[in-house]
Amino acid sequence: MYPWLWSKLPGPTPVKLLETLALFLAAVALLFTVVFPWLEPRMPFNDVTVDTPTSASPTPTGG
Amino acid sequence: MSTMTVGDRARWVVRGIGEIFITVGVLLLLMCVYQLWWTNVESAQAIDTGRTQIAAQWHAEKPEPGVTYGPVATPPPPPIPKHGQGFALLYIPRMRDKVWALPVIQGTDKDVLARGAGHYENSAMPGDVGNFAVAAHRSTHDEPFANIDDLREGDKVYVQTSTTWYTYTLRQDNPNLTPYDVWVVDPVPGHPGAKATERLLTLTTCTPRYGSTGRWAWWGVLSAHQPRSEGPPDGLTGTVA
Repeated sequence: MYPWLWSKLPGPTPVKLLETLALFLAAVALLFTVVFPWLEPRMPFNDVTVDTPTSASPTPTGG
Repeated sequence: MSTMTVGDRARWVVRGIGEIFITVGVLLLLMCVYQLWWTNVESAQAIDTGRTQIAAQWHAEKPEPGVTYGPVATPPPPPIPKHGQGFALLYIPRMRDKVWALPVIQGTDKDVLARGAGHYENSAMPGDVGNFAVAAHRSTHDEPFANIDDLREGDKVYVQTSTTWYTYTLRQDNPNLTPYDVWVVDPVPGHPGAKATERLLTLTTCTPRYGSTGRWAWWGVLSAHQPRSEGPPDGLTGTVA
């Protein structure tokens, strides 16, 4: 996959390196602004409330 | 591909699997960087913006003429805000690096918690009889309650609304709760259905610091209040909104 990408990039090696860096940074930007913000609330890693719903019963409201 | 030997194909597959593993590894690393650094940067900005907006809104509101609250009567609580609306600022001197004029926003969903502390919507408003319950992140999203383990019995928690400064004194905590201990934010925690008589505060966050398998809660009781026009309470030193 990656050697194929490398071979498809235009230009001599130093230019390819820059292009690779640019592609990587573009991928990181996409991940940080779109993918991870979408993913993060769906992961239970940093829940902080005590009213987490269980799958079986509806959440009792504390009143 | 048709000119590849069996050995070539095998090497191609192995290299492909290796690339997949490396890619997944890099993605996981980037996810960690996102969680532990980027969300802190974003949320710090959001908290700052929220704090400025709330303070600006209060300064723009005309004070009600002739309304003074005597030393005995507790002022009426603020009106119930809309979901997502910031309505109070939280100050905890023991955690002043992280919790100083921290916006308190109605709701406890992830969007709200990325912008400050969230107010459990079914719980009481500040100063009211019952339980004013608030949640905040301990890691990621500027981690306001990162140092929840520094709190001690007797510590003060100050809640500032557009009309009033409320002082709560912390009474007890429980660091060994589960995500399902809904009773923690009940009007009378531990006594379901009981009629509330005290004016309580509850702070909840996750535990351990970088996990969320459990919950940590601190409970406090209202010990003082004064009109916002009188300035911050004596125990609160520092710049306030």
